Amino acid sequence: MGYFLQQLVNGLTLGAIYALIAIGYTMVYGIVGMINFAHGEIFMIGAFISLIFFVVLGVLGVTWLPLALLLVLLLAMALTAVYGWAVERIAYRPLRGSFRLAPLISAIGMSIFLQNYVLLVQGAHEKTLPPMITGGFELMQSGGFMVSVSWLQLIIVGVTLLLMVVFTAVIQLTPLGRAQRATEQDMTMAALLGIDVDRTISLTFVIGAALAAVAGLMVTLQYGVIDFFIGFLAGVKAFTAAVLGGIGSLPGAVLGGLLIGLIEALWSGYCPSEYKDVAVYAVLILVLMFRPTGLLGRPEVEKV
Amino acid sequence: MMGAAPRLKDAGLAALVALALAFPLIGFETAESGVGFTTRFPWVAIAGAAVFAGRLLLGLLPQRFHLRQRASRSTAVSDGKFVKLAAAALIVFAVLLPVLPFASRRSIDLATLALIYVILGWGLNVVVGLAGLLDLGYVAFYAVGAYSFALAVQWFGLSFWEMLPLSGVTAATAGILLGIPVLRLRGDYLAIVTLGFGEIVRIVLNNWTSMTGGPNGIGDIPRPTVFGMPIAPGAPAGVTTFNHVIGIAYDPIQRLIWLYYVALAVALIINWFSLRIRRLPVGRAWEALREDEIACRALGLNPTTIKLSAFATGAMTGGFAGVLFAARAGFISPESFNFQESATVLSIVVLGGMGSQLGVALAAVILATLPEFGREFAQYRMLIFGAAMVAIMIWRPRGLFTVRAPSVRLDQT
Amino acid sequence: MTRQSLLAVENLSMRFGGVVAVDDLSFTAYRREITAIIGPNGAGKTTVFNCLTGFYRPTGGSLVLTQDDRNFQLERLKGYRIARDAGVARTFQNVRLFAGMTVLENLVVAQHVALTRASGYNLGGLLGLKRHQDAERAAIVRAREWLDLIDLTGRADEVAGNLPYGAQRKLEIVRAMCTGPRLLCVDEPAAGLNPHESADLARFLVLIRDRFGIGILLIEHDMTVVMGISDHVIVLNYGKKVADASPAEVRRDPAVIKAYLGEEGD
Repeated sequence: MGYFLQQLVNGLTLGAIYALIAIGYTMVYGIVGMINFAHGEIFMIGAFISLIFFVVLGVLGVTWLPLALLLVLLLAMALTAVYGWAVERIAYRPLRGSFRLAPLISAIGMSIFLQNYVLLVQGAHEKTLPPMITGGFELMQSGGFMVSVSWLQLIIVGVTLLLMVVFTAVIQLTPLGRAQRATEQDMTMAALLGIDVDRTISLTFVIGAALAAVAGLMVTLQYGVIDFFIGFLAGVKAFTAAVLGGIGSLPGAVLGGLLIGLIEALWSGYCPSEYKDVAVYAVLILVLMFRPTGLLGRPEVEKV
Repeated sequence: MMGAAPRLKDAGLAALVALALAFPLIGFETAESGVGFTTRFPWVAIAGAAVFAGRLLLGLLPQRFHLRQRASRSTAVSDGKFVKLAAAALIVFAVLLPVLPFASRRSIDLATLALIYVILGWGLNVVVGLAGLLDLGYVAFYAVGAYSFALAVQWFGLSFWEMLPLSGVTAATAGILLGIPVLRLRGDYLAIVTLGFGEIVRIVLNNWTSMTGGPNGIGDIPRPTVFGMPIAPGAPAGVTTFNHVIGIAYDPIQRLIWLYYVALAVALIINWFSLRIRRLPVGRAWEALREDEIACRALGLNPTTIKLSAFATGAMTGGFAGVLFAARAGFISPESFNFQESATVLSIVVLGGMGSQLGVALAAVILATLPEFGREFAQYRMLIFGAAMVAIMIWRPRGLFTVRAPSVRLDQT
Repeated sequence: MTRQSLLAVENLSMRFGGVVAVDDLSFTAYRREITAIIGPNGAGKTTVFNCLTGFYRPTGGSLVLTQDDRNFQLERLKGYRIARDAGVARTFQNVRLFAGMTVLENLVVAQHVALTRASGYNLGGLLGLKRHQDAERAAIVRAREWLDLIDLTGRADEVAGNLPYGAQRKLEIVRAMCTGPRLLCVDEPAAGLNPHESADLARFLVLIRDRFGIGILLIEHDMTVVMGISDHVIVLNYGKKVADASPAEVRRDPAVIKAYLGEEGD
């Protein structure tokens, strides 16, 4: 029982991170109807930028943890957002309305490019960061097993939930959100009604990238080891989360992220952990086969 | 056309973005230990300046040189003369290659590898180029072909010639099995699910150690014999070597040349097959499916069988390539079958012009041999790959060689 | 000549969530007749087509197609089998040609079912058997006859997507005819055509009806076309049938006038 609870706690932490990345997939898919295959790499870049600024701030003598965290968070979000913006501007915008496989192939190209760009400028070796936030508390003792929750895990889940609420509010209540939903419904009509479609789409990518940067920061803090290849797997899993939750739905992305995190943690806890990725892929395939609209997605009527 | 001032402003903004992009990742490199870092700010400045200049120059170019082509439809219908000539020249060159002056062990081995990529490209071309089904896990079938050959050798002592067709069958079966669940999925969902399949295959190969040897792979894979006779320096009792029969001394290069010709023969057969099947009902149905699945259904075409036949054909071809790959290396491990490889084959198809047989062959040869010219270049290979895929999609969304020969003409009766 | 029933639609209903697109609709279409379905926008006309051709599964009701004394329950067949076995062909409101393939290829693909059989499920074709070559030649001849009818023979080897709009519309009808249907469903064939082209198209539909003796279901907003060529007209409004009669009678029907004036009022 205790062991199970511990896996649950770990799974929720991991799931929160997936959820942050999944939001980017789901928003972009909702608005332009494509899988932003490079989104995993944006997350990876977010992780690298976070790590770099932690190191830089450490050397510069910013040692008060809350300040360092806040600075890194803001810098990483801002600079990663520029990457998100640039990717859309360079690789996707010129392809709007093109042959239907073109944007996806372009996205794969972008993903390969970004991965190898980071490999080139930051090297192939793993980058490590000493643990910055340590300690935690013991939740309970159960069945001879101590269930512990670290402060960091609390921060991760807390920040994720906070961001989720903020961005849901943005989408529901602000003019940007309205423009986004209108563009999602009908791009041409939205443009005719005076919505700057290009700007709306750009902002969607910027928001998605900023959230991925937060996920990158969390991963850097939680695991302390990153390399140029982490984006691929995280990207696929977060995409799975978005699909599981129902692509296009923000709450769906969060739910999907948490579920994927739980599946992965529980599988690792009870089954051969080298097959944990197979479990995630299997979930993806099963969901797409039997419920392509996901758990919270709207059914899609084929337009003839 | 813009005036000078707005153009400068535009370039300035682009440069600012470039600076923001370059600042964290190029500007700093952290030490491996996680403490301390080095800075490379001059490079950041160079990146910014380069983007400024590039953006300015791009604005000065006449409109028609702009890298944007909205028309997504191939309009050219060639009479095929040029294509036929180029193809003939390529085949003559391929046949003569081992006797050309620069032929060496290294170059023949490389040419064999290039042929394997040509075969892979043609196989994926059926799925992506003709049927329009984006398969990101194509490498799975390549792996199935290679592993079924290696395992059959290990467990049943079968030979290359027995397993070449059988591996094609295994891979085609795998193609159908993987195809059934994904039939209903639309373009990008299909892509991500096939990617998942590819990864599952790789993970299983990597972890099912008792069967596949895990990360250590499988070695001692035999090379193809010549009519049942091996090419070898000396033979165990009771076995006649081919070089003994024709009375020439053994030279390691002979094995490479033989494998090269085997690969060439396989490639030519697949080429014949692909050209022919494109003109058959099923081939036309693949293309029709790519153009409009709904219209296909309304005309009584069964999308299920059409998709499955495309998957099976592509997978079978991948299986053949896998056998050749295993025979060439003599050793296989899951590392050779990762997503990177799927992406490489996909870029061959994209670069070559989806649907174009000759284009795919040229692209495969270029991509397979390019890394050999200059080791310096190797580390930029994938970087350029990625950038090229984006650029080609923007410039020519249907690929470089978009000349499409119709499968049937009015005057052919 | 007595009218031969071809398609019997009984109590057809189609609901999307809370929206009732087609509400308890019954009508019959006959061989050698053009049956027009008209009605204001959103009356459920295309939904009827989509139910007929298997793109939607109706919420209720039955669709029976009679072909040589065989009955096909269309609502139980898969979409492609409706075209292949029952012989129902259709065109689309927004033309759906195989835009990247040539005009001729479009027409040959439409003969896929017959060609596949003749090619021994492609195996015979792969081996280059004569039977397949003959069948392919026959398919080209048939395509050519159709192209002659619509004056596109000269552009047979051009990419279909490059044809002018009017020609694309006609080609789509011809492509549907190449499947050898019993019932042809055409969805707004005159949309976007000028009066001259519309009249030309109307003549073409009449020619198809008379020469091939098949039934045609026609959705159309152009009343000149509808009133000129239809044998009977079904009027839909809000998914319900408000009239089912000859063109002349429909024109005088107060219920029809009301349905349309309600539209024109704004």
